[in-house]
Amino acid sequence: MKLILHIWRQKNQASPGKMVRYEVEANEHMSFLEMLDVLNENLIAKGEEPVAFDHDCREGICGSCGFMINGVAHGPLPNTTVCQLHMRHFKSGDELYLEPWRAAAFPVIKDLVVDRSAFDRIIAAGGYISVATGSAPDGNAIPVRKQDADLAMDAAQCIGCGACVAACPNASASLFMAAKITHLGLLPQGQPERKERVLKMVAAANRELFGSCTNIGECEAVCPKGIRMEFIGRMNRDYLNASFTYQEEKEMAGVG
Amino acid sequence: MSAAASTFAQKAQSHRFYDSTIGKKAVMAVTGAILFGFVVVHMLGNLQVYFGPEKINAYGELLHSSPGLLWTARLILLTSVVLHIVAALQLAALNKKARPVGYVRKKNIASTYASRTMLVSGPIIFFFLVYHLLHFTTGQAHPNFRAGDVYHNVIAGFQQPAASIAYIVAMILLVNHLHHGVWSMFQSLGLNHPRYMPWLRRFSAAAAILIGVGNISIPVSVLAGLLQ
Ligand code: HEM
Ligand code: FES
Repeated sequence: MKLILHIWRQKNQASPGKMVRYEVEANEHMSFLEMLDVLNENLIAKGEEPVAFDHDCREGICGSCGFMINGVAHGPLPNTTVCQLHMRHFKSGDELYLEPWRAAAFPVIKDLVVDRSAFDRIIAAGGYISVATGSAPDGNAIPVRKQDADLAMDAAQCIGCGACVAACPNASASLFMAAKITHLGLLPQGQPERKERVLKMVAAANRELFGSCTNIGECEAVCPKGIRMEFIGRMNRDYLNASFTYQEEKEMAGVG
Repeated sequence: MSAAASTFAQKAQSHRFYDSTIGKKAVMAVTGAILFGFVVVHMLGNLQVYFGPEKINAYGELLHSSPGLLWTARLILLTSVVLHIVAALQLAALNKKARPVGYVRKKNIASTYASRTMLVSGPIIFFFLVYHLLHFTTGQAHPNFRAGDVYHNVIAGFQQPAASIAYIVAMILLVNHLHHGVWSMFQSLGLNHPRYMPWLRRFSAAAAILIGVGNISIPVSVLAGLLQ
């Protein structure tokens, strides 16, 4: 099959970029990234700079890959990362536009690669639990309601790829944050830091210049892991609750 | 000392609350809920025009019978409109900054038309609101205004096709705004649950359409000569 690709080429963060047209011969058994590998081999053979794109596991679990294909994050197949998208979903002669995630918080480093360290800073602000390390605790020592464990697992599916931000007209990180806040907030280990977590993560996302949620749902439609907007409601609920009930730490506690 | 320290902490927290995007959205949701409640009651009041001049003029008089209550309500509504719009514009500015470089190709695959056009429907509703107050409340924009004669003002006002068309267009935009807005305010306040959300979306659409149809029926009836 023959494909016509229009790819965003940008040398580095400082230089301007533009869409460049390529043609590539592929077959339907290839994954989308393998098709780009073929294109890159052709480019290298011609002495041209290969197209830079992020990838690592190529099995849909690490969250490294991702770009826009014809205006849809990770391409046309629902619940699929671009590394797991196969060429059989396209047909010969298709014209595809490949662009990097676009957000102030995700500056383009090169071609289709963006800097997603803003997500790391949001996690560092509160997306963790504090535990004593050392010997591992007994499994099942802390009972967790089955339904809560299931829902927490659904939220824990988030691989932090950034597709939600890319698809959102406001470049909001709400679905990403909601997944982390729901995941940890549903489990007993997440309770001690629950209020600080949501307050700090939301403040961090706002500092990173992610936009606000307008509840329109483009994020959940492109999420390769099926994270649901329902979790954004949970995050909002947690945030409002924490805002109204949060108490600063006292200098001296327990003295009445 | 501890009392002073804790009021400081609370104040800081309330500032932080409005500084956040979720805080601003909560303000939009609460003020949106107040305005939605008003719009529902207002439409029910408007429909009394079908029961004739005595009924609706008496209703108008009732509303004006206790100035204290009337002005309290007006103050709440005015504050809601101001807060709703200020938060909407602040969030819109933030959201614009969040994506300085757009896409060459971008497809919307899940969102509704209504949800993507809140910033179009909202401001037009605001301009309509100003016109509406000058038309039926204070009378400057009315061809033949008689203070206290609600029935006459409505009929004479809508007998001008241009005025009727302006009302009909504004109401279509209000339907659009509420189609997304009503269920969205529940989500923004975290009052969501997968069991109720599908129903809430249906309620949102139905409430928006009922408000639109109820209000639009009045200028249409006047133009068709059914009300005179
Ligand atoms: C009768 C008047 C109005 C009513 C009943 C109303 C109602 C609502 C409701 C219920 C929401 C949902 C809030 C949420 O998602 O949390 C909303 C959202 C919104 N309203 Fe209004 N509104 C009115 C007028 C206006 C005006 C005059 C503007 C002008 C700027 C406006 C702009 C917006 C915008 C931009 C949103 C979307 C906010 C977002 O998605 O983040 N509205 N409105
Ligand atoms: S490369 Fe790991 S998810 Fe696609």
